[in-house]
Amino acid sequence: MKQKMTKRARRETAIGWALLLPALLFMCVFTVYPVVRSIVLSLMKYKMGMDAPEFIGFANFTRLFGSSTFWKVMRNTVSFALMTVIPSMVIGLVLAMLVNRKGRHIGFIRTAYFYPSVMPMIAIASVWMFIYMAKNGLLDQMLMSLGLAPMDVLSNKATVLPAMAVMYVWRESGYLMVFFLSGLQSINSDVLEAAAIDGATGWKTFRHITLPLLAPTTLFISTIAFTNCFKLADHVIIMTEGAPNNASTLLLYYIYQQGFTNMNYGVSSALTVIMLVILLIVSVPRFFSQDRKIHYA
Amino acid sequence: MKKLVGTLLALVMVLSLMTAVAEPLQLTMYFPVNVGGSAAALIDAMTQDFNAENPDIHVDAVYTGNYDDTVTAIQSAIQGGNAPDLFVSLATQRFTMADTKMAMPLDDLIAADPEGQTFIDDFIDGFMLDSYVDGSIYSIPFQRSTMVMYYNKDAFREVGLDPDAPPTTWDELVEYGLKLTNENRKGVGLALNSGSAQWAFTGFSLQNCTNGVGLMSADGKQIYFNTPENVEALQFWLDLQNKYEIMNKGIVQWTDLPTQFLAGEVAMIYHTTGNLTNIKNNATFDFGVCFLPAGRQWGAPTGGGNFYITNGISEERQQAAWKFIKFCCSTERAAQWSIDTGYVATRESCYETELLKNYYASFPQALVAYEQLQYAQPELTTYSAAEMWRILNDNIQAAVTGEMTAEEALEAAQEQGEELLADYQ
Repeated sequence: MKQKMTKRARRETAIGWALLLPALLFMCVFTVYPVVRSIVLSLMKYKMGMDAPEFIGFANFTRLFGSSTFWKVMRNTVSFALMTVIPSMVIGLVLAMLVNRKGRHIGFIRTAYFYPSVMPMIAIASVWMFIYMAKNGLLDQMLMSLGLAPMDVLSNKATVLPAMAVMYVWRESGYLMVFFLSGLQSINSDVLEAAAIDGATGWKTFRHITLPLLAPTTLFISTIAFTNCFKLADHVIIMTEGAPNNASTLLLYYIYQQGFTNMNYGVSSALTVIMLVILLIVSVPRFFSQDRKIHYA
Repeated sequence: MKKLVGTLLALVMVLSLMTAVAEPLQLTMYFPVNVGGSAAALIDAMTQDFNAENPDIHVDAVYTGNYDDTVTAIQSAIQGGNAPDLFVSLATQRFTMADTKMAMPLDDLIAADPEGQTFIDDFIDGFMLDSYVDGSIYSIPFQRSTMVMYYNKDAFREVGLDPDAPPTTWDELVEYGLKLTNENRKGVGLALNSGSAQWAFTGFSLQNCTNGVGLMSADGKQIYFNTPENVEALQFWLDLQNKYEIMNKGIVQWTDLPTQFLAGEVAMIYHTTGNLTNIKNNATFDFGVCFLPAGRQWGAPTGGGNFYITNGISEERQQAAWKFIKFCCSTERAAQWSIDTGYVATRESCYETELLKNYYASFPQALVAYEQLQYAQPELTTYSAAEMWRILNDNIQAAVTGEMTAEEALEAAQEQGEELLADYQ
């Protein structure tokens, strides 16, 4: 009897692996292999035209750590993350609360809020160029019609990142709204009713019931939001190419530039490894908190 | 059954034989377009003519975006084992193309061709200069340009300036610029975005230098960004923006500048001859073309793209690619290409053709670029050119946005540039 069970268990295991196999294969080809190769290449001097990569240890990293441009890019990337993640999460939550109701046109309104995140970043950047363009753009035209000086936001090092952040928050909020909405809808209405009976209203309900119950959703969303904003390059290419003087260069664009413009694969792999480490750090809280207090069921 | 198999086999053999005979040699060419207008359609037409004349070769011309995109496309294609057979890329990329072994030296092809040497000798020297790497020819001049000044004659008349006497010196540039600037119009326009600023700066550097050497040595291994003359040239730009206020502040994009000129928002712009046809077709006012105003002397940068043949393709393909290049650069074709686009005709013999003579008679503005060539030198060209451009552009932008002074910016550029070139010393 016991043996029979084991046999069956074994068979189930085999079926399990078989079912996983296609996904595993894809992961190996498109995730594991590139990651391993990037790590290997990051330790090499390797440029286009070299017959074979040449092992140089951590020289790519030490060179990067000694470069002021690298630190500028890191500062840009982190400040861009700070400027976008929290605002887009707050707006996403507010939007979710607003559309978390039944009504005749609610489907249309939800779609309208979600719509920007369906558009490719390249299209968004091209459209926003008409807003940000120096003098002839919508923003500068509005300022000038009010008798103010045009700002030319994209060629000013102080305004270029915030301008891009506004655009990105506009895009991302609707996307995050969908996750918050599903989080809100999974909150048991019994809890809310109980709170109402106890006399809790408005802000109190939100603060003590909704928000804590949304915690797992919020953690999940913050992970997504952080990782998403590290994976941006398209709009930089369209809008500024990193100008002025790398004030808008973000990490992924810098990787692209090193790899494809300068054809320096060693350095661009080293940057990729740095990005991987950052993404790993960002994902850690969610990974370890899965079975902790933040989890409920 | 056996019979059927036999028939099938015979059929397959006949078919494959037929395709072997009828199938021309397929060549792929990547090409960029960096100016407004219909250059892509013109290149398509040129390849069609070639294919019609040469039934044994079929060239497929693939438009691959701007110059940077094209380098990326070629690089990815080479890495993927799917390289184009020939391509058009910046003349300034030749050190990189040779160093990275993306392009092959053309000396053997030229030597093996009975007309090879006469073909090469007919190219204008100033352009051919831009083809050598360590004494070998790596590229053939094709869509070559130089920078000229376009000016709005109507605006000149409006403020009482002689429309036939454009500025000839920096001082006059400032003087005229001040007169031309008003609430709705700036006197001077320069594109300072990354990829354009270094081109214009080559011109200003040549105009201001005292030793005939602008930004770099001819072998592409030395740079001279931080000379007092170059600092002065950059300071002059900053003065145009901040002291005289006759140029828009901040960074105007290359592609926006002609639009601003055509809209009458800027009276004098520094731009490529490659935009001449575009401006001619769209200007609603009387416009002139003139030499870039001189500093200590006349000076202008050349630029634009050359033909390259990809390294490592079969000899048969090399020959076919060479044939195509010679076709596109034939005297008549090069003259027509110049008329259609505004690029400068690349060969001396072009200027003997009726085609070009008649064109200049009817449209004298087009001749300015050719006449200015005697003062022109190659734009910033070094090993790792793309990265070097970026270094200079970033630091120029730092000066333009007020982050650094002109001197600090060029010192920083010099230091970073020298570090980049350390590998090639």
